[in-house]
Amino acid sequence: MPIPERRDGFPGTRGAVGAPVVRKDAAAKVLGEARYVDDLVYPGMLYGATVRTRAAGGTIERIEFGPGFDWSSFVVVAAADIPGVNATRMIEQDQPVLACDRFRHAGEPVLLLAHPDRGLLQEALAAVTVHESPNPAPVFSIDDALALRGEVCPGNVFRDYLMSRGDLAAGEAAAEVVFEGRFETGAQEHVYIEPQGMIAHVDAGGVLVVEGSMQCPYYVLDTLTAVTGRDAGAVRVVHCTTGGGFGGKEEYPSHIAAHAALLSLKAGGRPVKLVYDRAEDMLATPKRHPSRTLVRIGARRDGRLSFLDMDFALDGGAYTTLSPVVLSRGVIHAPGPYACANARVRGRAVATNHPPNGAFRGFGAPQSIFAIEQAMDGLARQLGMTPLELRRVNMLRPGDRSVPGQLIDDTTDFDAVLEQALRESDYLARQEAFAASNAANAAAGRPLRKGIGLATFHHGAGFTGNGEVVLASEARVRANAEGRVQVVASSSEMGQGNTTTLCQVVAGALGLPLDWVTQAPVDTHDVPDSGPTVASRTCMIVGLIVEQAARGLRAELIGKAGLPATAADEHAFAAACARYLDAHPRLEAQARYEPPANVAWDETVFEGSPYASYAWATYVAEVDIDLTTCEVALSGFTAVQEVGRVVNPVIAAGQVEGGVVQGIGFALFEKVVRDGNGAMANNRMTNYIIPTTADVPPVRVFFQEQPGGTGPSGAKGLGELPMDGPGPAILSAVNFALGTRIACLPVLPEDVLAALQAAPAPEVA
Amino acid sequence: MNSAATAASEWYRPTSLADALAIRASARGAVVAIAGCTDLMVGWNAGSRRLPSVLDLSALPELGAIEVGPDAVTIGAAVCCARIAAHPAIAGRLPMLASSARQTGSIAIQNRATLGGNIMNASPAADNPPVLLAFGARVTLASVRGSRTLDYAAFHTGYKRTLAEPDELLVSVTVPYPAPGASSHYRKVGTRRAQAISKVALAALIETTDRAEDGTRRVRDARFGFASAGPVPLTAPSLSAALRDSPLPAIDRLLVERALASDLSPIDDIRSTAAYRRQVAVNLVMAALAEASQVP
Repeated sequence: MPIPERRDGFPGTRGAVGAPVVRKDAAAKVLGEARYVDDLVYPGMLYGATVRTRAAGGTIERIEFGPGFDWSSFVVVAAADIPGVNATRMIEQDQPVLACDRFRHAGEPVLLLAHPDRGLLQEALAAVTVHESPNPAPVFSIDDALALRGEVCPGNVFRDYLMSRGDLAAGEAAAEVVFEGRFETGAQEHVYIEPQGMIAHVDAGGVLVVEGSMQCPYYVLDTLTAVTGRDAGAVRVVHCTTGGGFGGKEEYPSHIAAHAALLSLKAGGRPVKLVYDRAEDMLATPKRHPSRTLVRIGARRDGRLSFLDMDFALDGGAYTTLSPVVLSRGVIHAPGPYACANARVRGRAVATNHPPNGAFRGFGAPQSIFAIEQAMDGLARQLGMTPLELRRVNMLRPGDRSVPGQLIDDTTDFDAVLEQALRESDYLARQEAFAASNAANAAAGRPLRKGIGLATFHHGAGFTGNGEVVLASEARVRANAEGRVQVVASSSEMGQGNTTTLCQVVAGALGLPLDWVTQAPVDTHDVPDSGPTVASRTCMIVGLIVEQAARGLRAELIGKAGLPATAADEHAFAAACARYLDAHPRLEAQARYEPPANVAWDETVFEGSPYASYAWATYVAEVDIDLTTCEVALSGFTAVQEVGRVVNPVIAAGQVEGGVVQGIGFALFEKVVRDGNGAMANNRMTNYIIPTTADVPPVRVFFQEQPGGTGPSGAKGLGELPMDGPGPAILSAVNFALGTRIACLPVLPEDVLAALQAAPAPEVA
Repeated sequence: MNSAATAASEWYRPTSLADALAIRASARGAVVAIAGCTDLMVGWNAGSRRLPSVLDLSALPELGAIEVGPDAVTIGAAVCCARIAAHPAIAGRLPMLASSARQTGSIAIQNRATLGGNIMNASPAADNPPVLLAFGARVTLASVRGSRTLDYAAFHTGYKRTLAEPDELLVSVTVPYPAPGASSHYRKVGTRRAQAISKVALAALIETTDRAEDGTRRVRDARFGFASAGPVPLTAPSLSAALRDSPLPAIDRLLVERALASDLSPIDDIRSTAAYRRQVAVNLVMAALAEASQVP
């Protein structure tokens, strides 16, 4: 394929929303020209390394520096060297930047070292011994934590939420069929292609500059000011080319930034590079929260749900981090896209002695959606209905209220999404054919079994509840005298395509070719806080802000520089910019997010409309299972989703394909194995198994573009949605193929074998 | 400075086997022989920055040939997996070996990883040893003291231990052609479909009698090689003995289970469980026997 000559899309491409333009970051990445943090080298730079705890909590008795090293040649930072607060700034401030006395988990940072010789640094690292008095009764499971078998923090619960609607007792009394189940999901590592890292130095003006791999520059800034005691003017955070995030670079970059900054400050401002290798990254950084969900769900004989009672718990690990907001999203998504008048969802984020778990694409929703989807399958079985029939009966339709309380308006036609998925996957015919071939193969003693499963779900975009109101994100658009325009925002490209998407929105609003619009480098001394690059919010929320800013810029030019209000091409635009800048020092417009009127959320009772827009989807998974090895191979995957206006169809399809692959890993391959201290034992790419292209079938992606999206031109958030569906759809397909009742993810061949041995005569449906 | 930081490491790259053996002899095992380095470098990267002294075998012409003989193919120890997989005589007469070579790591790994390295690294999970065991391969070792040829089946003596002396180098592997009509069956069960380390793998070579009048046939000789089923690449002598003269296809599964219970000693580890490995090993043997029974 020829490489596009221009780096920012095909020359002359109109930036209109909906155009499949080439990504602006594509060529530099394909050609190896993009500079990641580990590519940066400065004169006099030191390398940093981190000494960590080994036990699953306990007390640090003393730190011993081994013989054979000239320790005076090392920069050494301990908790006592922290000028400000010894805590990262998250929801709570319970997590130290450096542990100094009591600690809660293996892998907690204790001491930082820096030295110009990277090899010597690694040897010195091995010569530092942290003498620990280990916690004798560490807690490693949700059940143990809730039963108070050992104490991580008082009560072992970080947050306890209750979402309750209607009359549960009345709903139970009315139920004619009840299903009860327990569902579990495991931890998952993000495996972004670029491990985490930061470089810190103090510039000639005395400003502490920290640059690196991150999703949320202003989160990093917030921690740095607190930890160093400097004000925001004396700290600058710069975003480097970032190789993937998936939520894994939402929170932990603040730790690494603080560590690099502390080393640099102790080293008199010299640059210090602190970049993790894959093993340290997997060992130290957060994972997707493991979950366990107890579900009781009841219906009348006709399938209409009469009650839903869920007890949803997440393993938060040893510190609060982002667990409360992961939990709230999980609780809100727990009832799925179904109407149920009597419902209760209790959610708890539980403390254990695992390293803290954190943000990961989907943010709690994949866990609770997995539970409700599997429970719906179980209830359908009890009712003698198909999973499809039960969903059709209970699906939210215009005029219904969701369990959280949101009125479903007439812009949403979820039936159309479901029906297209059935059509594209030939679901009903295949279900019948697979059942027949399974029966025939069983009779003939052949090992192949085939399965098909579906998941129906929706995902709310943007921060939950009043989060976007609190964020009050801002972004700017500015232009120079040649009419070239910059998007000025803290939203960070990490491979997901947001630079291209935002530029498309602005180019469309200004009627400019796409290569006239670029995103300004993300530097907290230049860009306003457009919020963190998370929560499927960038296209929908920040896209809307930059569109408004672009309109403001255009209005300014029309009002003050004679830009024709209609039919102005880029040359007229450039001329107007030049005229404006003759008379004014700069040309820019800023906008702030104004939430739509329908979003009102009462956090205290979990009631209202938690999200401005939802994307809706039905995913169908098909599997082949070889009973010789119990390996599950995906033989087909159909993903139909309604996401409002698609801003860039190639980027959008890529988001879905990538999310589905990550979901396949979550379902069938990725298992975090722990050692006796709760640390990740398989922290290598060799042993932490993610799917390769050989394990992934062609993912058939279809978009419906219904009205009602609250983003630019009616766009909705998309990034996390595709993580929600593969887990439940794949497990349903496995259980269909084998007649098993497997209720946990990931389901590895070892688990399939165990399930078959527990039920030696599989019913072939 | 500590001793590790001051120890010098040497890189030897001789261009003749005689020179290599001389270095090997004088170093008395203190020099690590390397070829493709596809496994060793992973370990080195995970540990200290200091390399051990190494003896690079990549420039030895004596180790780089594939010789096709009338009864066997002899493969130089430094021949890479990609060449093995693509070689017409191997693909034609030893298809299991082409198959195992093609399933060793990724394509990039196959371009560097050598057959000799796969043997001498002595991992119980290595991909090619099961096939060599099933084919009844012989290995030729050389030292300044001379050379010797051993049955590969006896070569691995314990976890990461072999019969090779510290001054010896593996020179070549000789793989005899199977009897005409023999059924061969290789299946690697990895943690995923590609770029995986095996959880259990089987190579089976099954010779059968001609069909009797009632349509049945009997096992004349069956040889097996297993990966990841014990501390070393394993043959299955009890199974081979139990199957001799057994009628196909009606092999009793219990017979296979009992024999493998004594032949294999799988463990729980980071990649799988002993229970899974045991059960799947039996399943793989049953599948191989079913396939052998269908050979025309």
